[in-house]
Amino acid sequence: MLTESKNLNLNHKPGHIKHDGHNMTGFIIFLCSESIIFFAFFVGYGVLKITSPVWYPEGVSGIEVKMPFINTIILVSSSFVIYFAEKCLHKKNLWGFRSIWLLTMMMGSYFVYGQYLEWSELSFSLQSGVFGGMFYLLTGFHGLHVITGIFLMSLMLFRSFIPNNYVKGEMGVESVSLFWHFVDVIWIILFGLIYLWQ
Amino acid sequence: MTIVNYDQRLVKTKNPYPKGPNEWKRFFSFNTDAKVIGIQYIVTALFFLLIGGLLGMLVRGELITPPSDLFDPTVYNGLYTMHGTIMLFLFLFPILSGLTNLLVPPMIGAPDMAFPKLNALAFWLVPIFSIILLLSFFVPGGPASSGWWSYPPISIQNPLGKVINGEMLWITAISLSGVSSIMGAVNFVTTIIRMRAPGMGFFKMPIFIWTVLAAQMLQLLGLPALTGGAIMLFFDLTFGTSFFRIEGGGDPVLFQHFFWFYSHPAVYVMVLPVFGIFSELFPVYARKPLFGYKFVAIASFGITILSLIVWVHHMFYTGTPLWMRNLFMFTTMLIAVPTGVKVFAWIATLWGGNIRLSTPMLFCLGGLFNFIFGGITGVMLATVPVDIHVGNTYFVVAHFHYIIFNTIAFGIFAGIYHWFPKFTGKMFYEGLGKVHFALTFVGATLNWLPLHWAGLLGMPRRVASYDPEFAIWNVIASIGAFILGVASIPFILNMVSSWVRGKSAPPNPWKAIGLEWLLPSPPPHENFEDDIPTVLNEPYCYGLDKPFIEDEEFYINKSFRKD
Repeated sequence: MLTESKNLNLNHKPGHIKHDGHNMTGFIIFLCSESIIFFAFFVGYGVLKITSPVWYPEGVSGIEVKMPFINTIILVSSSFVIYFAEKCLHKKNLWGFRSIWLLTMMMGSYFVYGQYLEWSELSFSLQSGVFGGMFYLLTGFHGLHVITGIFLMSLMLFRSFIPNNYVKGEMGVESVSLFWHFVDVIWIILFGLIYLWQ
Repeated sequence: MTIVNYDQRLVKTKNPYPKGPNEWKRFFSFNTDAKVIGIQYIVTALFFLLIGGLLGMLVRGELITPPSDLFDPTVYNGLYTMHGTIMLFLFLFPILSGLTNLLVPPMIGAPDMAFPKLNALAFWLVPIFSIILLLSFFVPGGPASSGWWSYPPISIQNPLGKVINGEMLWITAISLSGVSSIMGAVNFVTTIIRMRAPGMGFFKMPIFIWTVLAAQMLQLLGLPALTGGAIMLFFDLTFGTSFFRIEGGGDPVLFQHFFWFYSHPAVYVMVLPVFGIFSELFPVYARKPLFGYKFVAIASFGITILSLIVWVHHMFYTGTPLWMRNLFMFTTMLIAVPTGVKVFAWIATLWGGNIRLSTPMLFCLGGLFNFIFGGITGVMLATVPVDIHVGNTYFVVAHFHYIIFNTIAFGIFAGIYHWFPKFTGKMFYEGLGKVHFALTFVGATLNWLPLHWAGLLGMPRRVASYDPEFAIWNVIASIGAFILGVASIPFILNMVSSWVRGKSAPPNPWKAIGLEWLLPSPPPHENFEDDIPTVLNEPYCYGLDKPFIEDEEFYINKSFRKD
């Protein structure tokens, strides 16, 4: 066994590490992975649309674009709105943040409501051939992400009322806002695939 | 390059798991310490190795005679399906997560994983989905019987019409396993990217860390495709959709694309950490620097990228167009290049080395030998004409087991023996370890080598009965399988008895270079605590005049202190 030498010039760093940056890194990695599921569904949709002998179920010739288009505009603009909410938080304008954040949540909720209206008016179901299954799978899976986003936003809103917590909340706000942009981009691709490519 | 952020304001946390008579209880709790989680993973996985091995032995017991006499053919289908599923999703993935959990934080000088709670959650999903999977033995209609690949249309048949059936439980368990793996992968990648010790740039990381990074990135990119496919399969089975049903306009081959887009890389997810273990162990037991460190490191990422574009070689005989076959034959053969780089680097490391044939080294050498053999049959199978000839025969089964057991499991055993003293603080019994190696090597060779011939002669896989002309190969194979079963006895005996009453291990019993060997055995709760070392060189400078870290002497002295 070696003996401890006295003249070592020790300059060691402690092992306790700030976790904020890690959360964001981890979240971005997770989103990359999550996007692959959507990618798989999109590829599946494309392949089946090209190769399937029967695409639309009987009695259906296409789907209406007008209402989903309004929905799209609302969801896409909410992505800009959430950016201003984030800006307000950076300027430490808490009430501005809360009100704009709430506006984003309302826009998201309207999107879900619009989706519900569309679903209830459609004449085909999940079991109606490949198209029926694909349509409900894609819009449903995306809708689940929108609902998750709204839930996470309400969580952030709640946290903003805890005194002196906004520094901690900021990290969450950034992640949730990133998630919202992600949901938005996915919808744009989905809209192009299902509604525009008919 | 230093990427680590330090917060000086944080006060030192106390070790929440003090030594004492109740120490063992932490292994049965929701513990967030990566070292506890690692051991939880490994022990759980080894338990499932026994169950999966038992099922494998039942399969071999059925195949020892040509007619299907031991079981009903339907039961046989369930047996080999569950054997494959348990071995892959309940043994190999968890045990590699366990080794990764144990090794990554100490090897990069981090106190713990980046997300300890997520880590614990990922582990506790393992018992949950294992129970779901095992419960499928007791539902009406028996467990899933469509093979571990679960191809439609067989897998979406539901003759009994029950909502809860073996196949449905199978898909649920596999999806949960995917969730657990993604949680783990996010954690490992974040930890490796952000929590390395000062001075540890990418080209000073141990190769094991490189391979884990490559494997877990592959997991992140590939696994969601299988999850997507599994969701669609679940809908087809349970809600009557027709994604993969021909009568509804669907396409069963689409599932095969989803499945193999992940499940081919999955083999690399499993084999890459084992390559890492080989690269760590050969320099230690040959007392030589790793040959071509940078090439070996980069080759890991070469494998990651290439393995994402080879999946169609599993589907050469499912009606793929000719251009696709040729394209994927080419990419598949390309994979032999980075893999070959690694094999040559290992052999060059061994060349002229001062080789110590201790148990971990024996497993490594055995694994390398088998890997070269399995790699050659892999290149054979990548060739379209050969693949169409031997596809769906025992040649494929033999090749697959040469990689999955004879290479990966050998590497895992080598890793377990090599790091056993570090994480338990006890030395294992060398003699029992050698007996374990001898039985495993003989058993594995007898089991899978003859099956190559049976396959070349045309014995089809996945069936309970076969032509009597293949009987001799199958008798030898079954004897090998039973020897493998016996091999688990010295292993369990060794692990349990040496952990309970083995000799205390010194901090660095193998005289190895590496951050983990500068810690006491077993390492304290937060590894280096307040003295994170500064890394100067990669940990393979055996016999070279290159210092590994700053103030090495300080850490060596510290590792002998026990408090």
